[in-house]
Amino acid sequence: MNEHPAGSVTEAGLRAQVREFLAAHDPATADRQEFVRARFDAGLAWVHYPPGLGGQGLSRTLQRVVDAEFAAVGAPTNRPERNGIGLGMAAPTVLVYGTDEQKRRWLRPLWTGEEIWCQLFSEPGAGSDLANLATRAVRDGDRWVVSGQKVWTSSAHIASRAMLVTRTDPEQPKHKGLTYFGLDMKAPGVEVRPLRQATGEAEFNEVFLTDVVVPDGDRIGAVGQGWAVATATLMNERVALGAFTLPREGGMIGVSASTWRQRPELRTPGLHDRLLRLWAAAEVSRLAGERLRQQLAAGQPGPEGSGAKLVFARLNQETADFQVELIGSEGLRYGDWTMHRPDGADYYGRDAGYRFLRSKANSIEGGTSEILRNIVAERVLGLPPEIRLDKDKPWKDLPR
Amino acid sequence: MTQQVSDEEQTERPSGDAEEAGQAMRLPDLTYTEQETELRSAVRSVLDDRAPLDAVLARTESAQTYDCLLWKTLAADIGCAGLLIPEALGGAGASFREAAVVAEEIGRSVAPVPYLGSAVLATVALLCAAEAATTGEAVAAEELLTNLAAGTATATLAVPFGSMAASWGPPSIRIGPGEEQDAAGTYRLSGQVSGVADALPADVLVVPADGVPPGLFAVRAQDAGLTMTPVISLDMTRQLCDVTLENVPASRIAAGRQADLAVAQALHAGAAMLAAEQLGLADRALEITLAYVKQRYQFARAIGSFQAIKHRIADWWVAVTQARAASRYAAACLAEANDDAQVAVALAKAVCSDTALLAGQEMIQLHGGIGFTWEHPAHLYLKRAKSSSIGMGTADRHRASLAGLVDLPPPS
Repeated sequence: MNEHPAGSVTEAGLRAQVREFLAAHDPATADRQEFVRARFDAGLAWVHYPPGLGGQGLSRTLQRVVDAEFAAVGAPTNRPERNGIGLGMAAPTVLVYGTDEQKRRWLRPLWTGEEIWCQLFSEPGAGSDLANLATRAVRDGDRWVVSGQKVWTSSAHIASRAMLVTRTDPEQPKHKGLTYFGLDMKAPGVEVRPLRQATGEAEFNEVFLTDVVVPDGDRIGAVGQGWAVATATLMNERVALGAFTLPREGGMIGVSASTWRQRPELRTPGLHDRLLRLWAAAEVSRLAGERLRQQLAAGQPGPEGSGAKLVFARLNQETADFQVELIGSEGLRYGDWTMHRPDGADYYGRDAGYRFLRSKANSIEGGTSEILRNIVAERVLGLPPEIRLDKDKPWKDLPR
Repeated sequence: MTQQVSDEEQTERPSGDAEEAGQAMRLPDLTYTEQETELRSAVRSVLDDRAPLDAVLARTESAQTYDCLLWKTLAADIGCAGLLIPEALGGAGASFREAAVVAEEIGRSVAPVPYLGSAVLATVALLCAAEAATTGEAVAAEELLTNLAAGTATATLAVPFGSMAASWGPPSIRIGPGEEQDAAGTYRLSGQVSGVADALPADVLVVPADGVPPGLFAVRAQDAGLTMTPVISLDMTRQLCDVTLENVPASRIAAGRQADLAVAQALHAGAAMLAAEQLGLADRALEITLAYVKQRYQFARAIGSFQAIKHRIADWWVAVTQARAASRYAAACLAEANDDAQVAVALAKAVCSDTALLAGQEMIQLHGGIGFTWEHPAHLYLKRAKSSSIGMGTADRHRASLAGLVDLPPPS
């Protein structure tokens, strides 16, 4: 213990904490919800969060130790796959910009999965140009009245709370008149409608806001600071999408590789060449993801994360396209066109036709590939920004 | 048909076995260690000082296309020649991780030095040969390795630059003619090998030769009967030459299977180190081009502010980040003799070849007219990119070898 500075918790210490916790809460018999609440209260939810908020203020890299211990005994989980947006984007935003009261109120049910979060950012008139958004929030004493339309919102139909960006001052230039809220999705005036996609299902929603009353206590960050807060959220989105490492053949390429191995009659020289290129690109992108993770773990975050989503989108589309062609006539069949509303995105599931169609959104959702290239060029490589006509004029005077 | 569709459904997800195998395979360190970064700065400062691009360009039209003085500094003073050679033989006892970092720097500067031929190809072949040689042969190999590490000799492996381990066949040089070994234990070799890299500045050629049994030999470059004919090469920063041997005296350093193994290991390592060189080339070409598009004005604005330029640059940068992961993985796998090394090397050479070619092409296009002139160094990068995409096996051949390694067979 001597080689560690006072107050720090070692890996062994964390393992002991988990064992102690498991002794008091039998994972085999405990109620799932009670178990994850207790895990949060014990500071074993996300160890890099502060004490009292599910963590112990430790290094992020130690989280793996805790997760591995819980997984090893098959402990109940907080079902992170159902609340990816909440855990990956809302929580870090609240942690940085939220008040102490908001952190106490929101982070526990968010982590335990009792409150799913969604993201009310994009609008019909504000996609890539997010700062052009038009949803208005008007102050009325200690509350705000919000009206507008949001779109492309996954999980809105199961969410209890939303990250909402609104325009509070149309007289200001576009980036300056924005304010960010944590919206109660059950509030009167919030209407969620399924938005059916090319795949036939409605994984996303449109959200209509009509005179929705939001208490000022649910504002995240200062009035007019909405752009900075939204940018922080989006940075987390890119990190969340780019930083995990799959096993070899773990993504969509695994499907094509096993079809290729099992079905020699489908093989042609042209497809062989394409498969090998895709296999190599998938494996290298996996290695690049691992390299990024190693750099983060060593405390030397590189800018490579910004490129990871570009690669992922292109590769997913090319591989999905390949698979439909590989299976030939079978690729003419489609599993199911009926409209239903899944709980989350499923990039690798269902049939080849579904994946072919679904992958088309990969270069749009979470920042189009074109916007991401601008970001790489301007923020990572320091190229001069586009010449812009919209930066210094009042938002209300912009052409639209 | 219904049956077939359900077959397809069954293949939707990778099998649990594959997933477990993938997870069990712990990936090596893909970052650069502090030591590696220090080595990089030492090499870079010598190359910045001694191989500025205008000097590299001028040398391509000079009588001595290789910069032997610069190589001496890198080899002996910085210790680049002996990185892979054990300390007992005067080397640094380092690994392919460090060797790859030096290759990256040489690629960045497109410097005309015989690092690949001497410090990688010949060195790896000799190290492998020494492992299983008879006493006399081992002494010969070790003596040569000691000279290479000290920078007092330079060598290369006498194979065509485009050779690769997966398709290496019987060598074109033959043992003989006449009595195969004289009283002093000297053999005689005859034949021709074309397009050899890094032979022009070499004092010693490590020559694989066919016979019964085949062998690996050391031949002195100045011996009578050995002719090196310089080739007017696509890439004059690594000028090739055709080597002819007529009854040239040679000392054997390995025989039979061990000789084949030595060549295969050398080519395998050579492909990985050339991939690192390609990474460095792509990285520096990007750096130079990035600086150019920031200061080049057209239409009263820096051309780097146009999305048509930005997006190409961004894609290029992404390609370099991917190539870096592939190259690091190959170097790390070789360094720790990882079971996945063959996959890693094929992957790295395939991906880094494509990335270097992209870099050479984009460097010219984004420089516009000036980029196509002789005075501008862009063509040095393009030519080195193209030649190194053929050297040690093309991307296509490495992908074909990958097909066998990861069980994705071609149509029968």
